[in-house]
Amino acid sequence: MTQHRRLMRWLLALGVLHGVVACAGFFAPYDPAEQDRERPYAPPARIHLMDEQGRFHLRPFCYAPKLAEDVSNSLQQETRTTLPVRFFVSGARYRLLGLVPWRLHLFGTSGARVYLLGSDAYGRDQFSRILYGGQISLLSGLLGASLTLFLGAVIGTTAGYFGGWRDELLMRAVDLFLALPWLYLLLALRAFLPLAASSLEAFLLVIVVLAIAGWARPARLVRGVVLSVKERDFVRAARGFGATHYYLLRRHILPETSSVLLTQAAILVPQFVLAEMTLSFLGLGVPEPVPSWGNLLANLQQYSVLVSYWWMYLPALAILPFFLGYLGLASVLQERTGRAYKIEGDAS
Amino acid sequence: MRYLPRRIVHAVFLLFGVSILAFLFSTLAPGNYFDEMRLNPQISPATAAALRAQYQLDQPLPMRYARWVRSIVHGEMGFSFAYNSPVAPLLWVRARNTLFLTFIATLIAWALALPLGVWSAATLGRWPDRTLSWTTATLLVIPDLVLALCLLILAVRSGWFPTGGLVSVGFESLTPLNKFRDVARHMALPVAALVLSALPLLVRHVRAAVAEVLEAPFLRAAAAHGIPRRRLLYRYALRAAANPLISLFGFSVGTLLSGSLLVEVVMSWPGLGPFLLEAILARDMYVVVGGVLLSTLFLIGGNFLADVLLYWADPRIRTRTAAR
Repeated sequence: MTQHRRLMRWLLALGVLHGVVACAGFFAPYDPAEQDRERPYAPPARIHLMDEQGRFHLRPFCYAPKLAEDVSNSLQQETRTTLPVRFFVSGARYRLLGLVPWRLHLFGTSGARVYLLGSDAYGRDQFSRILYGGQISLLSGLLGASLTLFLGAVIGTTAGYFGGWRDELLMRAVDLFLALPWLYLLLALRAFLPLAASSLEAFLLVIVVLAIAGWARPARLVRGVVLSVKERDFVRAARGFGATHYYLLRRHILPETSSVLLTQAAILVPQFVLAEMTLSFLGLGVPEPVPSWGNLLANLQQYSVLVSYWWMYLPALAILPFFLGYLGLASVLQERTGRAYKIEGDAS
Repeated sequence: MRYLPRRIVHAVFLLFGVSILAFLFSTLAPGNYFDEMRLNPQISPATAAALRAQYQLDQPLPMRYARWVRSIVHGEMGFSFAYNSPVAPLLWVRARNTLFLTFIATLIAWALALPLGVWSAATLGRWPDRTLSWTTATLLVIPDLVLALCLLILAVRSGWFPTGGLVSVGFESLTPLNKFRDVARHMALPVAALVLSALPLLVRHVRAAVAEVLEAPFLRAAAAHGIPRRRLLYRYALRAAANPLISLFGFSVGTLLSGSLLVEVVMSWPGLGPFLLEAILARDMYVVVGGVLLSTLFLIGGNFLADVLLYWADPRIRTRTAAR
């Protein structure tokens, strides 16, 4: 397969994955915050095509979960009541892509709720929470990476293009930020920001923390590119014709940094998504009730959940296809720029 | 021999820079340990103010920084409000555990990565190389948080390994051999999580570095002279490929340190990670600054070790600095 086609395939796969998460409202049957206190820790529903008499049904159905007698040993069995799965049903209100008010869902059942991936302590649908949680985790990764790349590009270009004391100062700052192990740096930055925050504030805080923590490596890489480009003949020629700094940077130098920035983006986005997960897992990121992949996994810190309810592990799997996609994308991009197996560019 | 002293001076400046930066950021922090007292009606504002004054939290930043540097010289590193004791002894106990864990994990990871990488490079494109490539690619996709949780789930479900802590109850009364076994059993999972998360990257780099060297004419000549393959790979090829791998060593220390923070929290290993997290949540500022600084010191130490190794392994660096 040619490089270009491989690149397109990875991009397509990532596009589909992100599309599903972006339209979480459509694919998720319920509102992620909607509770059902009578069905805590309901196990994942099994989808059947055959009923007990051995008759085949074209429309898939599942059995309604029985109400828990008491919470302590909520061994939930299925009742005989069948719940046919219907497609393209109207259900809980949501906003498509956060903008358009909408009610259409991919699937749903009439009557009792069906938990495709089980329910959590408050009877909230795990499947919906994982999809909505992806919105928070991926968006913070994407926004954080864009912000940090912008910072890195500006700082790296300033250092490389203007040189002198600016270069010296900025590169010492880079050294400082790279002197800390990545997670310690994240925690240190998070430590000095407000702990109690609303969900939106916490989300923005996480993005800011990620951006401040991550700019050093891209800045150093961009500086290297700018240093070599500014001595190339076409740049010298343009300068000789009297081009301004602004023109030179915009027309000749910044375009040359684009491939490095793109490769860095493919490396940084998954790293930042994971960082958001880690912060939320540790209780320093986006708090409940808003779901994120990190705070969904935080449930596993309770021993009883870890031992008894295996479907609470499932949020951990959600990130794997995204990681695979970004890893593939990064390796193709690295091949393209001929920087494969360069230690500098690796995520730590 | 100007190379190593220069690295040391650089490291000291870095530590100073990080400590100043940490202090600067800490003043931006809204609230401190004593703020909770304001909500408590039983403590008068005067008492809270007196406590703030006692711990010099009301003084300007440069004064506090100077006092803090002086307290490092006294071996205290500031004062922990939550533990009501100097920070350094508290930190030291935790840091020892983190260092222990990271050291063992680094050792095992490299001990596995070198032979696996060399084997992969020696059989480039054939089945051992392919299997290894697939394995490392799979491991690379699994993030360390998920990996640590998977191992924890394994421990809890199977009961083969203890699920937390450093030693069992009644550790003091065990014989030396059993003490060793007990610690090893407790370490197995955290070390496995760290090694598995670091290994794929290391194996890939070793493979790439050795594969590049194997193309070199001097190795073809050596093979033509009938030098045995094993000797050729480990004595000649690995040595010629050492330069980038030593730089990678410094890098791997950073990865493992940051990975160990997470693993420690997940597996309740009594190291720096849980301690730091606790301090952040309690706004115990000097502990946070101390912990961050200590982690920086470890990373710089790892990089310094890599520099020393490079100096020892690569004659070009020695001659270059001698010529200056």
